[in-house]
Amino acid sequence: MRRQIPMLITFFVGTLIIVSEFIPHKPFGTLSTSLEGWFLIISGFAIILGQLSLFKVNIIKISRKAPNWPYYIIALVSFSIMVICGILWGTQKQPGLIPISDKMLNFFGYKPFDYIFKYMFENLSATMFSLLAFFMASASYRAFRARSPESTLLLVAAVLVMLGRTTIGSSLTGWIPESLSFLHLPNIASFIMKYPNTAGQRAILMCAGLGVIGSSLRIILGIERSYLGGK
Amino acid sequence: MKIFERFLHIDRRIIFVLIFIGVALPLIWTLGFNLEVTENVQSVYDLLEGLEPGTRILISFDYGPSTKPEIQPMAIALMEQAFTNRIRIIAIALWPMGVQMCNEAFEKVSAEYPNIEYGIDFINLGYKVGGMVTINHMAKDFRSTFPTDAGGNPVDEFPIMKGIKNFDKLGCVISLSAGDPGLKQWVMIAHDTFGKPVCGGTTAVQAPIMLAYVNEQQQLVGLLGGLKGAAEYELLVNKPGFATKGMDAQSVAHIIIIIFILIGNIGYFATRKQDIMKA
Amino acid sequence: MEILMHRIGIWIGVFLTFAIFSFLYKDNPFYKIAEQIFIGISAGYWFIYTIYNILIPNLFVPVTTDLAHNFLLLIPAFLGILMLCRLIPSIDWVSRYALAVVVGTTAGLFFKSYLQSDVLNQLTATIINPFASGNAAQIIGELILIIGTLTGIIYFFFSKKHEGAFGTTARVGIYFLMISFGAAFGYTVMSRISLLIGRLNFLLGDWLGIIKP
Repeated sequence: MRRQIPMLITFFVGTLIIVSEFIPHKPFGTLSTSLEGWFLIISGFAIILGQLSLFKVNIIKISRKAPNWPYYIIALVSFSIMVICGILWGTQKQPGLIPISDKMLNFFGYKPFDYIFKYMFENLSATMFSLLAFFMASASYRAFRARSPESTLLLVAAVLVMLGRTTIGSSLTGWIPESLSFLHLPNIASFIMKYPNTAGQRAILMCAGLGVIGSSLRIILGIERSYLGGK
Repeated sequence: MKIFERFLHIDRRIIFVLIFIGVALPLIWTLGFNLEVTENVQSVYDLLEGLEPGTRILISFDYGPSTKPEIQPMAIALMEQAFTNRIRIIAIALWPMGVQMCNEAFEKVSAEYPNIEYGIDFINLGYKVGGMVTINHMAKDFRSTFPTDAGGNPVDEFPIMKGIKNFDKLGCVISLSAGDPGLKQWVMIAHDTFGKPVCGGTTAVQAPIMLAYVNEQQQLVGLLGGLKGAAEYELLVNKPGFATKGMDAQSVAHIIIIIFILIGNIGYFATRKQDIMKA
Repeated sequence: MEILMHRIGIWIGVFLTFAIFSFLYKDNPFYKIAEQIFIGISAGYWFIYTIYNILIPNLFVPVTTDLAHNFLLLIPAFLGILMLCRLIPSIDWVSRYALAVVVGTTAGLFFKSYLQSDVLNQLTATIINPFASGNAAQIIGELILIIGTLTGIIYFFFSKKHEGAFGTTARVGIYFLMISFGAAFGYTVMSRISLLIGRLNFLLGDWLGIIKP
């Protein structure tokens, strides 16, 4: 009941989706389209589950006074403020429970939800990822060594692409005559990207694709059950 | 030989400061290096130029503020080109933050095009979860996937949505993508299953792998890769913006990183030679 | 007042930007505070957009306005509620029913899509006539493409020991993979620097007004 039925559902649903690709007529086509519509709604609930789970985990950490617990209060407060603002006054296009007054709109310039998004979230999110620029620079200085033929190839390709894919690359070799245009850095970078890079990426894509196909089959046939959790 | 050993042990904070300065200064004093348009970017431009006025295209905003510097300039340049050519845009988002990114781009561009009307030339249908499955569902039953726009108004109220039941009446699909779900899923469903021309813009991180789809099969018609791709597109639509301005800073930062890689390797080979001689 | 709130917003953004950049020196309370605000706002944003953009238009509105035509939507609604039961440990197993539908649909679609896009179409795009074009660079390039793809695939075949001619071929495959990784690294650097450019554009433009934002 707790494992067999979910496995049967997975088998039925997975098989139906595959069959409907080959026989798109009734009832398979209609059923698979309905299932995909249901997927959207269930996934919506899954996201809500994720957010509520985050809330629950943070409350547990605070109540147990886990290391750095005061910081989790900040996460909970931020989450709650965002949700309350969204429900009460809505988002940019979406009205909330209370119509936003002109006075409030003139005060903030945006709805409170959008104000927080624009001035806090956008900055936090962009800065968090821009940190990686510094770490990449430091890591490439420390780790990029031409120790072997393989690492030399990697290094040379990286440097050529870094030069060829910026405007300085065009300027550095811009003087090269037309007859030797294949030595122009942007052309070298384009050649690397179009041929050897694509060859390598394609090999990875195809092999990973076969892996996904294998995993999907294992799931549909009930061989792979880890998604059910438990023992 | 001590100098070569020092080459191997430069404090990372020195690198951080140099990168910071190397990016900041060219933003203040531009250097004005030449920009060249690459084949893949030209293909995207040509695809849109080839569409008849009034054609509807679908743009999927599959990114958020974390990658806004790279992708937002693409969105703006694509909208500029579309509105100039009277191509109508149906916007959706497979990432929740994509809705806001779309609104911001539209607000910026529509200020220059007073004739553009929401619901006639442009519509934002909002965010849907589900990635590939949702795209597949949309291709079979667009209306039940998107019964309303982002503001909760029924799509039947908008002339731009007239007759849109699946992908048939779309000129092409464009995905501006920062990961999964994104351009890859659009290629798999919109092109490989339903035969629609697909092109798009991605972060530079994603670009090398997405290039494998720009092939004889035309799985992807063209690709804008990172800030450079965005700058090239700005050049094509003749509206230099943030991406063009950022290219000098990008160049200087790359040169600094390459110099540090060289310093590291010089230090490595010099000290290795020394060690061999000692041995 | 709107302009004042805009300036305050910019200053909040600057504070948060520096709070995160402070991690470059070392982990500190300012970074931790900014990190938690990020998590909280991000989750809250997602929560609200899921309700407004998915659950209301795709479930609540159709069910409440026209139940007769949309009664089947009660099934995913029920499954969604089962999904939420995962929060209650004593009955968390019922969420498996909903999960089974999600996993089954994904597995079915992935099976077909990956087979078509990443295996068959990629293979077709590789099996080309390299001599079709008269251009020498293109001929060389396409030969590289074919050899690189095939040797790369051979490298990933681990059921046979990599030795002899097979091993040599796999080794050639490694070289192509290394070039790919190098190119990917170059692009990754490009990407991260672009994000930093965005940040500095905010600091120098929106905040300090030295450059036009």
